Amino acid sequence: MKGKYDKAFENVIRLRIMSILMANEEFDFNSFKELLDVTDGNLATHLKQLEKNEFIEVKKSFVGRKPLTTYAATEEGKKAFQFHLTFLENLIKENKS
Amino acid sequence: MRNAQDELAEIKSIMERSSRFLSLSGLSGILAGVYALIGSGIAYSLIYYPKPPYGKALSLTNPEYVISNVMITGLSVLLLSVFTAWLLSRKKSKKTKVSLWAPASRRFMRALFIPVIIGGLLCIGLYAQGQEHLVAAITLIFYGLGLFNASNFTLNEIKYLSYCQLILGLIATFFPEYGLVLWALGFGVLHIIYGAIMYVKYDG
Repeated sequence: MKGKYDKAFENVIRLRIMSILMANEEFDFNSFKELLDVTDGNLATHLKQLEKNEFIEVKKSFVGRKPLTTYAATEEGKKAFQFHLTFLENLIKENKS
Repeated sequence: MRNAQDELAEIKSIMERSSRFLSLSGLSGILAGVYALIGSGIAYSLIYYPKPPYGKALSLTNPEYVISNVMITGLSVLLLSVFTAWLLSRKKSKKTKVSLWAPASRRFMRALFIPVIIGGLLCIGLYAQGQEHLVAAITLIFYGLGLFNASNFTLNEIKYLSYCQLILGLIATFFPEYGLVLWALGFGVLHIIYGAIMYVKYDG
């Protein structure tokens, strides 16, 4: 398997968002904001983009009266990310040999 | 495009940080151990004063108020340890700028405290049935299971602490007359050793 460099993960914030969603079944907006240290607008834009690619899905719920938006990686997103990782790994291997 | 090697390292690091609770301070382990040793000392004198017959069972021959005082001592050690861990973790998480209420820490706490709370309730049940000689074993075992459960959500070393607690707990089941000594070993000595190792390894 050669893997594929995915343009969707070219941006470092999107790459980080996807990495987090690979390690966590779901993650909420505020926790993203804190961990990535980005503004609301910036984060929302990148999440929208990933959502448009159908790499992540959004779940809206309420905790008490507060709205809670959580995100999860879709099967397609996980696959794309895996391909991206394989590409990077192969790139490293090629450079070594 | 950035360097592939850096990119992979970055991915790995953020996966770790997002899924594991890393703000636990080694110092809180050491202090929890110290509280437990002091608590064991108090319990020992409550049970055996004025003539300490080494290794004799904590049994029904003890009047009820002694048992409840011992239970209160144990509960105080627990609360004090949790409070200390919370304070020190808050301090550490401020330094590393990770929220104490991040998803990883919530998962860690749920994994740890559900077995611990069930174990605590079981102890109250045992006490009500006059089986308090098993309390040391039960607290060690349920705490060990909680740690084992929580080890997926924090630094891996905690697994070894959990194995040791479980072994001590099982020994205490067969030799309840050494329950207090084993309890002091598990909650006191092991915590101090574990805390010191973690402190040197990660906080120093």
